[in-house]
Amino acid sequence: MSVETEARPRSRAGLALPGDEKLRFAIFAVLLLAAPFWLPLVGSYTDLGTRVLVYALAAMGLNLLLGFTGGLSFGHAAYFGLGAYGTGLMLRYVGPNMWLAVLAGVLLGGVAATLLGPLVMKRRGIYFAMITIAFGQMFYFIAVRWNNFTGGEDGLTGFQREPLALPGGAIHLTTVPFYYFVLAFFAVGAFVLWWVLNSPLGHAMVGARENARRLEFLGVRVERLTWIAFAISGFVTALAGSMSALLNNFTSPLDLYWQLSGYFVIICVLGGMRNFWGPFLGAAIYVLMQDYASSVTKNWLSVIGLMFILVVLFFPRGLLGVLARRRSA
Amino acid sequence: MTLLLEAEGIEAYYGKSHILHGVSLSVAEGEVVTLLGRNGAGKTTTLRAIMRLTPPREGRVRIFGQDVTGWPTHRIARGSGNGGVGYVPEGRHMFRHLTVEENLRVPPPTPGQWSLATIFSLFPRLAERRTSKAGRLSGGEQEMLAIARALLLNPRLLLLDEPSQGLAPVIVEEVMQAVRRMRSEGTAILLVEQNAILALAFADRAYVLSDGAIIHEGPAAELAADSEKVKSLAGARASRAA
Repeated sequence: MSVETEARPRSRAGLALPGDEKLRFAIFAVLLLAAPFWLPLVGSYTDLGTRVLVYALAAMGLNLLLGFTGGLSFGHAAYFGLGAYGTGLMLRYVGPNMWLAVLAGVLLGGVAATLLGPLVMKRRGIYFAMITIAFGQMFYFIAVRWNNFTGGEDGLTGFQREPLALPGGAIHLTTVPFYYFVLAFFAVGAFVLWWVLNSPLGHAMVGARENARRLEFLGVRVERLTWIAFAISGFVTALAGSMSALLNNFTSPLDLYWQLSGYFVIICVLGGMRNFWGPFLGAAIYVLMQDYASSVTKNWLSVIGLMFILVVLFFPRGLLGVLARRRSA
Repeated sequence: MTLLLEAEGIEAYYGKSHILHGVSLSVAEGEVVTLLGRNGAGKTTTLRAIMRLTPPREGRVRIFGQDVTGWPTHRIARGSGNGGVGYVPEGRHMFRHLTVEENLRVPPPTPGQWSLATIFSLFPRLAERRTSKAGRLSGGEQEMLAIARALLLNPRLLLLDEPSQGLAPVIVEEVMQAVRRMRSEGTAILLVEQNAILALAFADRAYVLSDGAIIHEGPAAELAADSEKVKSLAGARASRAA
C-alpha cells in the first residue's frame, strides 16, 4: 500500500480497457481495417496480412489455455488441422456453402477439443503436455492413413473458396474481400476470448493458473473450469484452422502435426503470453520472418529459434510484455 | 443448540509424519471457538483436514449434521443448500494478478446476505482499492480481502487461520471489528490464533492443541483468567502479547 504502487494501476494481464488503452485499441483496429491499403505501400501484400490474422487467432485461442489458465498444450495443431479439414471436406464433398464450411470446421475441431478435454485435463504439467501431443498425433495419423477421403500425405485438394452468400447477394472472395472475411471471424474469435477473460469465469481461470487448490476452497470446481477453457480454446483455434484452409484452398496433415503446435507455443511466448494481444505480435513476427527471412535463407527457422531463445532468456514476459512494462514504468 | 461442525477422531499425515492424533472438536451455531497452541501443534492442519485440503486418514467430519467425510473441497466450501464453509488460510493466498474486485468475483455467487455491495460496506478500504492488483495490497488489506472472499460463499461457518499474523495492532483491531460484525450477523467462527490473549477475549470457547492432540477444552473466559495456564498451554507468544 504505497504511493509508488498506486502509480501503476495498469492491469498486468492486459485485459481491461481504461482510458488510453481504448485509444490504443482504436489505433490497432484502424490499422487492421486499413491493412489492404497500407500493406502494399510498405512493400508487402494483403495475403500476408490474412496469414497474420490466421496464426494470431490460432495462437490467441491457445493462449487462453497457455497464458491465462496455465496449461501447456503441445497439441493445438490438432484442433487447427481439424478446423481446416472440416472446412475443406465440407466444400469438397457436400456443397459450395461457405457458412456451412466454416461451421463444419469450427464444430469438428471444437467438439474434438471438448470431448478430449476431460481426458487431457486430468493431468498436470509435463504429463498434460505429453497427452496433448499424443492426442494431436492421433489425428495426424488418421489424416495420413485415410487416403481416399483426406488425400493422405499429399493433403486435401479439390476445394476452393466459394462466393459468399449474403442477404444482399453473393460476394466473390478475391484477395481483399477475403481479408475482411477473415478479419470479421478474427474479431468474433477475439471478442469471445476477451469476453470470457473479463467474466468471473475468466478470473477463475487466471486463479487456476496461480493456484488451483486455492480455487477449490472457494467453491470452484477446477476440473470443470479447465475443461471449459480447453473447449473454448479448441473452438477458437479450429476457427483459425478453417480460415487457413480457405486462405490456401488446401490443407495437409502438416496442419495437424505437432511441429505446428510447437510454433503456436513459440508465437505465444515470443509475443508475450500474459498479454491478451501478445500472440498477435508473435504471429506477426513469425509470419514476417517466414516470408522475408525464408527468401534469404532456407534456415529461416533458426532465426525464429534464436529470437525465441533471446526472448526466453531476457524478456520472459515476451515482446509485448516488455513494451507494456516500458509504458507503465 | 445445533452443532454446525463436528470433527471426530481426525488422524492426519503429511507423508509419513503423523500430525493429528485423534482430534475431535465441535462448533455450535452462532458460536466463536478458538483453537490455540504452539507453532507446529497442528492448528492449521486441523483446518486443512476439515476442508479436506489435507485429507484425514481416519475420523469423520460432519457439517450441519451432514457427514461430509470424503467430499471434495469445493463441495465442502459450497455446502449443500444450507450454506457452506468459508476458509481464510494463513498467509491469505490472494490471486495476485487479479484486482480486488476480480478476486471477489471468483467464488460462484451464492444467495445470502453477503454480496459485493455488502462486502464493500463491511470493508470500505476494499471498495477504495477495488481496481488495484491484490498483490499490491498491504498485509491488512490482503487479510480483509481473504475474509471478504470467503464471506461471498455466504458461509454459516468461517474458519479463520491466524488473521492477526504480521499485522500492526491498529490493523488487527480493524480486522477483528469486521469479524465481530460477522459474528453478530450469526456466522459461527473457528479461529486459529497464536495470539492467545486476543483470541480468548473474543471467543466463547477454547481448545488447546499440543503435538496434534486436544489437551484442554473449556469456556474462553475461564482459560483467560488463568494466565499461568495460558502461558504454559499456548506458548511464549501469549505472555509477550500480554
